[in-house]
Amino acid sequence: MKKTPQELLQIEYRPPRREWMDPHVDFEARRGTWSYPAAPKNLEYLGLPNPREWSPTDEDWKLPDDWKEIVHKGFLDLLDRFRSLKVFMDCCVRCGACSDKCHFFIGSGDPKNMPVLRAELLRSVYRKDFTTAGKILGSVAGGRELTLEVIKEWYYYFYQCTECRRCSVFCPYGIDTAEITMMARELLNLLGVNINWVVEPVANCHRTGNHLGIQPHTFKDNIEFLCEELEDVTGIHIEPPINKKGAEILFIVPSADYFADPGIYTFMGYLLLFEHLGLDYTLSAYASEGGNFGLFLSHDTIKRLNYKMYAEAKRLGVKWILGGECGHMWRVVHQYMDTLNGPAGFLEVPRSPITGTVFDNAASTKMVHICEFTADLIHHGKLKLDPSRNDGWKVTFHDSCNPARGMGLLEEPRYILRHVLNELYEMPENTIREQTFCCGGGAGLGNDENMEMRMRGGLPRANAVRHVHEKHGVNILSCICAIDRAVLPTLMEYWVPEVRVAGVHEMVGNALVMEGEKERTTNLRGEPLPGKEA
Amino acid sequence: MATFTHGNVSIEVDEDGFMVNPDEWNEEVARILATTEGVDELTDEHWKLVNYLREYYLQFGVAPMIRKLCKETGFNLKKVYELFPSGPAKGACKVAGLPKPTGCV
Repeated sequence: MKKTPQELLQIEYRPPRREWMDPHVDFEARRGTWSYPAAPKNLEYLGLPNPREWSPTDEDWKLPDDWKEIVHKGFLDLLDRFRSLKVFMDCCVRCGACSDKCHFFIGSGDPKNMPVLRAELLRSVYRKDFTTAGKILGSVAGGRELTLEVIKEWYYYFYQCTECRRCSVFCPYGIDTAEITMMARELLNLLGVNINWVVEPVANCHRTGNHLGIQPHTFKDNIEFLCEELEDVTGIHIEPPINKKGAEILFIVPSADYFADPGIYTFMGYLLLFEHLGLDYTLSAYASEGGNFGLFLSHDTIKRLNYKMYAEAKRLGVKWILGGECGHMWRVVHQYMDTLNGPAGFLEVPRSPITGTVFDNAASTKMVHICEFTADLIHHGKLKLDPSRNDGWKVTFHDSCNPARGMGLLEEPRYILRHVLNELYEMPENTIREQTFCCGGGAGLGNDENMEMRMRGGLPRANAVRHVHEKHGVNILSCICAIDRAVLPTLMEYWVPEVRVAGVHEMVGNALVMEGEKERTTNLRGEPLPGKEA
Repeated sequence: MATFTHGNVSIEVDEDGFMVNPDEWNEEVARILATTEGVDELTDEHWKLVNYLREYYLQFGVAPMIRKLCKETGFNLKKVYELFPSGPAKGACKVAGLPKPTGCV
């Protein structure tokens, strides 16, 4: 990242003199704000169109000769299949309520990052091609000719939306702007115009069951290593079941939780919790990914990746599925899975074997969020906790976009945090809960080449963290999403370097008093506990 | 994808300079890739890290967890950054010919 925070803060909110209908994007001048295209091997692996070497800075994007016809037909097909798209295209009155709600607009000042205008990039083509007024009156009626420059502009701006849906909260019509981005990406896919940070994880997930491409023997080795680390801290020896047929519960996490810092500490927290309960569960080396980068690519790939979790649940014969601290997995499970892969009728309505609580809210998907599960345990007094072990950590909670806005999971993580630690401070109310600000790296944009845009998009979140850091001395930003855990540390390092990032169940793991444990002198990261410094 | 040429060795690399075909890696390639990371000479400590990564990759097909890398090589993260200024993933893994990890990382 070449620009300093001071330089990045010079944001020009006055719109340029150019007409918004002019689609030109200078990719060379805007390096740092776009992502690399998909490598051909990954498109080939998934059977997606037009695999080739290309770069957005090339004049020729090597599109099929009949690209215009392909997009036109694709658009018609989407309008036919998704009534929501037609409604969203028609009903926007351009009131502008969404315009200053997008983190990318706030951080960049680029008017095409106003959700209303980003949608208009697609809507203008819809008007021109599919409405009577637009066909006759053209630009007077807001219609715009689909040109190659428009395709390039779509690539730039629809991969500058993290599908976080904050803008939708403020839309009087409830237009789901993330779905507009999804539809635009569907159309771009038809031409092979997509980004590697999305397509490679999807291809990996097909090949090995997870985004990172971790094979079963590596899965097992990683988990064994984390158990050794856990034993060093607690003295407790754990051997988590893998692919155990007949277990009561299948537990699925985002793959970064058994690969990358700081997710691995969250994973250790899960394992301690299950050991504490004596839970009859299993991990799976096949359903080894909760995340679903298909959500950032196409409906077809959402469906293909979501299916494997349920296929594995069926194969293992479990009763229900427990899901870890993953973000967009919950958007898929909660809002798409029922109509894509159908209700999971072969599983049972989840019931906590420890408290007897029946999770009726998951009656259709049969999948419970670990925060619901743990909050219920705490509510019933089933956990022995020592919150003082998290002393020294002054915590604020970042509502991860998809669990917050995609499934309404607002209270449970806070309830847990209030019981496992002593100092929790909220960020300002217009930056949390339903109005939470995105980390800036969701929907496949968390790659390094896009770093300037990540820092811009993450600015509103970081600004709220800075506020509680200065007011209360907050030094830990907690979250329940693996993309958060991957991209927030970089964001904090840039804007608020005094703050580190942690998952909620890492702090649960720190606080859990285990039967037969040795005296804890460090937290799960191996750092001395307060008063136990050497 | 681009071709990176140094002396009489040519390798295919991605936009960030990672090898496209990790199977083509050898020690000469490592020395050349190291120059792109500002490491002009690979010392015994560099080789210890590179060889660890290489062996791990051949056995497990991905990069190791950083915590595991530190534990098994005996280098703490600060030391890894001293050896490879862009860090374990972008620096050391690149020189060892590993592909870039993608996803929630």
